Amino acid sequence: MRVLPGDPAAAMLGNNATPQSVADLRELLGLDKPIPLQFADYVTSLLRFDLGRSLAVRTPVTTLLGQALWPTLLLTVCGTLVSVLVGVPLGVLAALKRGTWLDYLASVGALLGISIPVFVWGVLLLLAFSLQWPLLPSAGAGDTPIDVARSLLMPSLATGFFQVGLVARITRSSLLSVLANDYVRTARAKGLAPTAVIIGHALRNALIPVLTVIGLNAGTLLGGAVVAETVFTRPGLGRLILDAINARDYPVIQGVMIVSVILVVLLNLVTDVLYSVADPRVRA
Amino acid sequence: MSLRARLRRALLNNPLVLTCAGFIVVLTVLALGVSVLPVPDPTGQSVLFRLKPPSAEHLLGTDRLGRDILSRVLWGARLSLIVGVGVVGLSGALGTLLGVIAGYFRGWPSEIVLRLTDIFLAFPPLILAMVTVTVLGNNLFTVVLAISVGTIPRFARVARGTILSIREREYVEAARALGASMPRIVANHVLLNAIDPLIVLCTLLIPTAILTEALLSFLGLGITEPQPTWGNMINSGQIVLREAPWLTLFPGAAIVLTVLAFNLLGDAIRDALDPAVRDVSGVQSPSVDARPPIPEPAGRLERPPQYASSS
Repeated sequence: MRVLPGDPAAAMLGNNATPQSVADLRELLGLDKPIPLQFADYVTSLLRFDLGRSLAVRTPVTTLLGQALWPTLLLTVCGTLVSVLVGVPLGVLAALKRGTWLDYLASVGALLGISIPVFVWGVLLLLAFSLQWPLLPSAGAGDTPIDVARSLLMPSLATGFFQVGLVARITRSSLLSVLANDYVRTARAKGLAPTAVIIGHALRNALIPVLTVIGLNAGTLLGGAVVAETVFTRPGLGRLILDAINARDYPVIQGVMIVSVILVVLLNLVTDVLYSVADPRVRA
Repeated sequence: MSLRARLRRALLNNPLVLTCAGFIVVLTVLALGVSVLPVPDPTGQSVLFRLKPPSAEHLLGTDRLGRDILSRVLWGARLSLIVGVGVVGLSGALGTLLGVIAGYFRGWPSEIVLRLTDIFLAFPPLILAMVTVTVLGNNLFTVVLAISVGTIPRFARVARGTILSIREREYVEAARALGASMPRIVANHVLLNAIDPLIVLCTLLIPTAILTEALLSFLGLGITEPQPTWGNMINSGQIVLREAPWLTLFPGAAIVLTVLAFNLLGDAIRDALDPAVRDVSGVQSPSVDARPPIPEPAGRLERPPQYASSS
């Protein structure tokens, strides 16, 4: 991180700073110490959950991360919900209507979804629902619960739509292989309604690979949330790391990197827990 | 059936895939030949022609500085394709080398490579690329390098998984018994037979690399103005989205069409080459299907995240 071009002390003091004041600030911030020593200090502090102070705003990095983490986490979870709520029914429909134009449409739609990046979805949604029909706010995170929900809708759709295709494709193929199993035939033979067979027997087992894919793509979802925050000018880890990069604020950049790795690991852990909910055999 | 025959069958028997391949060829020819095409200079400004909608004179309109959008989209295509091919070339070469070391030699080299890939795979690919490009500076080569940092571990993992199983085959043992040297065995027997999944990964990673480059440029961290890229065109067009939506829509459409074409082509090549897909029958619609992933190391190739995807 210290290889980053640019001196944070010079950046903080501006163009009119004298070399002496830049040197004084470097000493105050500890930037004049040898890099291995700075690294050792950082690791020691990390063990005490102390990520240092922001060089730009002098606030503890943990405070900044605490403020930015929740909006990003909320957006990541809502984006995942969108991808599941749209992708799973789409995949089920494609599997049940296999070989028909509906299947083909759902499959091509899914592939189109994968090919449209989050920021293009974001711009299209902004164009439609903020500029053409001003129904939803184009920026900010909102203060009241209703405003929060309204401001969250478009970023969640933009983040989630990108994953819809993947979820739909996996659901379709997974459901098709599950539907060929003997226990599904038995459930049908004993006179269960088709909906009960699909939802109660087939879909539950077909969701395991879907959970795997969502878990594997946790990092991508987080990246999508970071981009959506930029398009919709929302607070969060995305804005925090972009501002930190522009200000050469090393402690904040390091903090965001550490938190994003922890988040990816945690999201994978949640996926593992959900396996046992979807399939009780996993607990055995 | 030979590799070439399988590829030919996958490409020629599907009109949709043929259309995609045709689109990619046309785009590549236009992008490579843009300097001799009768289009204006992509950086040439004209106050008189600022924010002009699409017309006969400027087919895709002009931007806030009067620059021709068609010309900028074509120059952007050139850059996107260079990044796509560059990332796949660089990460394919380095990742395969690491995969060979980890798969063929096993023991501590394998452990080192695996732990290194674990570390890099734990980072969200976009954030890793953002920080890498900031550290290295933003030019074409560093953008390629920054995206490759996230894709090298994928090649290494796939190559290792395939080579692990190939090194135990009888023909490798026979070559060893005949006294063939280690480099000869690796190059002629192991690597040549491990090439299929690597080709599939290449085709799936090109759109990922194109998307990540567009994202980096969009965030202002990749290649910046005045050099045109699809990402920075969308970023600057966002400011005048209401007045001039064409500034955003045309580069957006270029990204979507290109990535879609590569995705469809990649899927067709995967269907033709990946045994896990090829040998399973009956549950697939033509070239637009995916199956549940099998865990590493020797599993089938699932589509990688799109942000070096991401995106």
